[in-house]
Amino acid sequence: MTSSLKERLNYDKTFDCVQCGYCLPACPTYETMEKETHSPRGRINLVKMVAEGKASVEDLKEPIEKCLGCMACTTVCPTNVQYGEIFEGAKRVIDEERPRRLVEDFLFQSFFPSSKWMSTLGNATWLYQKSGLQKVSQRFGLTKRAPLQIHEFEAALPSMPTPKKRRRERVDRYVRKRPAVAKIGFFKGCVMDSVFFETNQNTVELLLRSGAEVVFPEAQTCCGALHAHTGKVDQSVELAKRNIEAFEEEGFDYIVNNAGGCGARLVEYAHLFDEGTEWYERAERFVDRVRDISEVLVGLDGLAFEKELSRTVTYQPSCHLRNVQKVTSEPLDLIKRIPGVELRELERPEFCCGSAGVYNIVNYEDAMDILDVKMQDVCGTGAGGVVTSNPGCQLQMKLGVEREGLQMEAVHLVDLLMEADPRPKW
Amino acid sequence: MEKWLEELQSLLPEGRVLTSLADRHSYSFDASFGEHLPDAVVQVKEKLEVADVLKLANRYKVPVHPRGSGTCLSGGPLPVHGGIVLDMSQFPAVIDLSPRDLTVKVTPSVLTGNINKAAEKHGLMYAPDPSSAHVATIGGNLAENSGGPRGLKYGVTKDHVLGLEVVTPEGEMIKTGGQTIKNVTGIDLTKLIVGSEGTLGVIVGATLKLMPKPPAVQTIMVAFDEVRKAGEAISQTLTSGILPAKMEFMDQACIVAVENFQPVGLPVDAAAVIIIELDGHPETLRVERGLIEEIMEEMGAKEIIIPKSDEEAAKLWHARKQVSPAIAKIKPTKVSEDATVPRSKIPDFMDRLELIKEKYGLEVVAFGHAGDGNLHPNILCDKRNVEEMKLVEKAVEDMFQAALDLGGTLSGEHGIGTMKAPFMELELGEIGLDMMKRIKDSWDPNGILNPGKVFPEKGQKLVLHHD
Ligand SMILES: Cc1cc2nc3c(=O)[nH]c(=O)nc-3n(C[C@H](O)[C@H](O)[C@H](O)COP(=O)(O)OP(=O)(O)OC[C@H]3O[C@@H](n4cnc5c(N)ncnc54)[C@H](O)[C@@H]3O)c2cc1C
Ligand code: SF4
Ligand code: SF4
Repeated sequence: MTSSLKERLNYDKTFDCVQCGYCLPACPTYETMEKETHSPRGRINLVKMVAEGKASVEDLKEPIEKCLGCMACTTVCPTNVQYGEIFEGAKRVIDEERPRRLVEDFLFQSFFPSSKWMSTLGNATWLYQKSGLQKVSQRFGLTKRAPLQIHEFEAALPSMPTPKKRRRERVDRYVRKRPAVAKIGFFKGCVMDSVFFETNQNTVELLLRSGAEVVFPEAQTCCGALHAHTGKVDQSVELAKRNIEAFEEEGFDYIVNNAGGCGARLVEYAHLFDEGTEWYERAERFVDRVRDISEVLVGLDGLAFEKELSRTVTYQPSCHLRNVQKVTSEPLDLIKRIPGVELRELERPEFCCGSAGVYNIVNYEDAMDILDVKMQDVCGTGAGGVVTSNPGCQLQMKLGVEREGLQMEAVHLVDLLMEADPRPKW
Repeated sequence: MEKWLEELQSLLPEGRVLTSLADRHSYSFDASFGEHLPDAVVQVKEKLEVADVLKLANRYKVPVHPRGSGTCLSGGPLPVHGGIVLDMSQFPAVIDLSPRDLTVKVTPSVLTGNINKAAEKHGLMYAPDPSSAHVATIGGNLAENSGGPRGLKYGVTKDHVLGLEVVTPEGEMIKTGGQTIKNVTGIDLTKLIVGSEGTLGVIVGATLKLMPKPPAVQTIMVAFDEVRKAGEAISQTLTSGILPAKMEFMDQACIVAVENFQPVGLPVDAAAVIIIELDGHPETLRVERGLIEEIMEEMGAKEIIIPKSDEEAAKLWHARKQVSPAIAKIKPTKVSEDATVPRSKIPDFMDRLELIKEKYGLEVVAFGHAGDGNLHPNILCDKRNVEEMKLVEKAVEDMFQAALDLGGTLSGEHGIGTMKAPFMELELGEIGLDMMKRIKDSWDPNGILNPGKVFPEKGQKLVLHHD
């Protein structure tokens, strides 16, 4: 902690905000919480006030913790304010000021990034589903901290394959007999590779049918998004380095992921290092190759959709895919290719669903207010299903469907595509 | 806790009187200059609540500062005397259209852009189109008498208001005007309230005039290699029998700033561009477009650009909308003026701006609604640099003087607020200003509604620096 509060809060960056208010109509929390304090302009101003000593870190806490980090504000800001950096700086300062929590430290320092963490988390989730998470979370002391509405999410989780099945079905290398059109390093993601194991398998299958070869580099680890969003910047830098290294081992054409939240972290790796340093260069080379699955499928153009699926769907883009990775048209393009699928677009696709990492667990009530706005839009389309591009959004949409008492499915784009059973074009 | 605050809290539903430091800071600013911490923020959602708050404020002599979306460029909603910020933005937004009367009734929190969107569904339009229409409230627009590019042909906010519902500073409910297009019953209080910057009453409802939406539009962009030529071309067009809906001007610094932010292919090597929009029947547009091309060529235009599609045209207008915020990238602090001169004096005003720029060595850029003589000269500076800010204060004063010398006015649309108050007497004279003040005093005997705005306080000077 050698740098000054002003530096850590990115004080200089707050001056890019001219307080024009153009971001107000884009911000979900300003709409549902009805206060400038919960708007991008208000948050940036408060960070400035804290840096100038006119308010305390404590005053900043609630407004920052209630921010979804959806980055919708950055897509409309005419002066290109680096809200993401201001937000993360504020999170970090808040985290440093707070009394340490043993459970949280354990989770973030040991549990998530442990070498076997992916399967550990997978096993834990499976165990939870079999035995009820209430028990597990009681053991971790989570429920004492915040009354988690876990049971709500529980109903929305897909049924998990056993650890044994996952080990049996997963290999680390899918090589092709014919020359491959692209060599892909697959970033499997923590939640994706446990809870959404099937979706990952489907992703690999689509890539193979597109003519690519797929490798799971063994040394890969957590993307660090959760760490960064909870203010643990140093740990998230450590994780970034390990991933950069892991994907340097082989010459991949693309580093592909299928979770908007993880992808958004991966494309920001270069910002974690100082320009001109070796790690910055390595991060840039990494970032250059990061792609969302939808981009690669459109780019390779190796799939022929012939089977007809008769249904109407709407598409809820992951904020991190849309606002940070700027991937907007590819998922829509893919959905439109499936014969018999009618796409009815949302009126406000840019509006967050309220999932936002662990937001819907930590700020349950607020997340549900946001979800209600989203569901109104979803219902307005009259579609029979919602397609998403991030596991968190998918769970949240399932929850939304249940809360509204609807008969509607929520699926990951990749699973919808596999349902249409596309043929290789060649 | 102070007694008035306690009583205020008992007057309103829970959660609508905000007093935490974080909340107070969040209503301490607008899009202009300065930051003033209120004691409380009150979020009103009903007319009666507004009346109650004002009555209480009179009893305890607590100042009340109405606020919409806080996009004001002249300090209008700033609580310069502490007290209460009256947040009007959370009032339930209602747009009640009467297509057959060509009128619409709105509540003060409605975003102006949404009125036009609703009207368009019926083939109508709400003409005033400030660049900030998608964020600013109609309440703020009425209070500031805002205008936009279409003002050239259709006028500004005041030309589209038929009637208002207002809570007087003493907390009484009145209606002004009505719903008819013509109305000469008594003194026109509607026009008095519009543009009064929240000093004569709180607007809680309005009936606005709609117009038929023109069947087609045509955008033309013209680039010049001399600013003066651009100014002359505008006058030439307006005296040739054509009245475009919009004629907007951007100087080179603005063009470059927008291109740096979101490139749309504006000619960065031009000294100035004019973006024109014609509206009307497609046949008429074809003829008028030809005439404009002729005029522009005669006036020595460097390049005439006709967008190939509606999307391309929309991009140009989007670029124009981004100018105001985008120039803030040049330097962090933006002092934004909107002095207005008679249209024929635009080239002279530009020359004066150039002189001011050289005299003080400051970054001065200009854009705006040149067609109606309303330019927005902006000084880009850094408020952390005290010496520079002192120069800016002098430059602003020179700009006002220049506008007045040319027969112009301090503000075309952004209002006086706190920033231009010290210069009021310069334009109006002592008696002129006093007559205005008498109106204010008789409407607001306790001086509780938005004090510190429009009227200069004794010895008040424009201060932009902190020692
Ligand atoms: C990027 C940008 C571009 C802009 N472009 C234009 C433009 O093209 N043309 C233009 O004219 N302006 C423009 N403005 C200025 C500004 O948007 C307008 O003045 C607008 O009308 C302010 O509306 P608001 O809701 O933000 O009101 P605020 O800024 O909150 O308040 C403005 C004034 O209105 C008063 N007020 C607000 N609501 C009420 C009410 N219900 N009753 C009584 N008084 C009230 C306040 O006390 C204050 O004096 C621009 C501003 C920005 C930041
Ligand atoms: S849009 Fe950008 S500059 Fe404008 S208030 Fe929001 S963050 Fe600030
Ligand atoms: S990140 Fe999302 S929730 Fe946070 S301020 Fe920006 S728009 Fe609002």
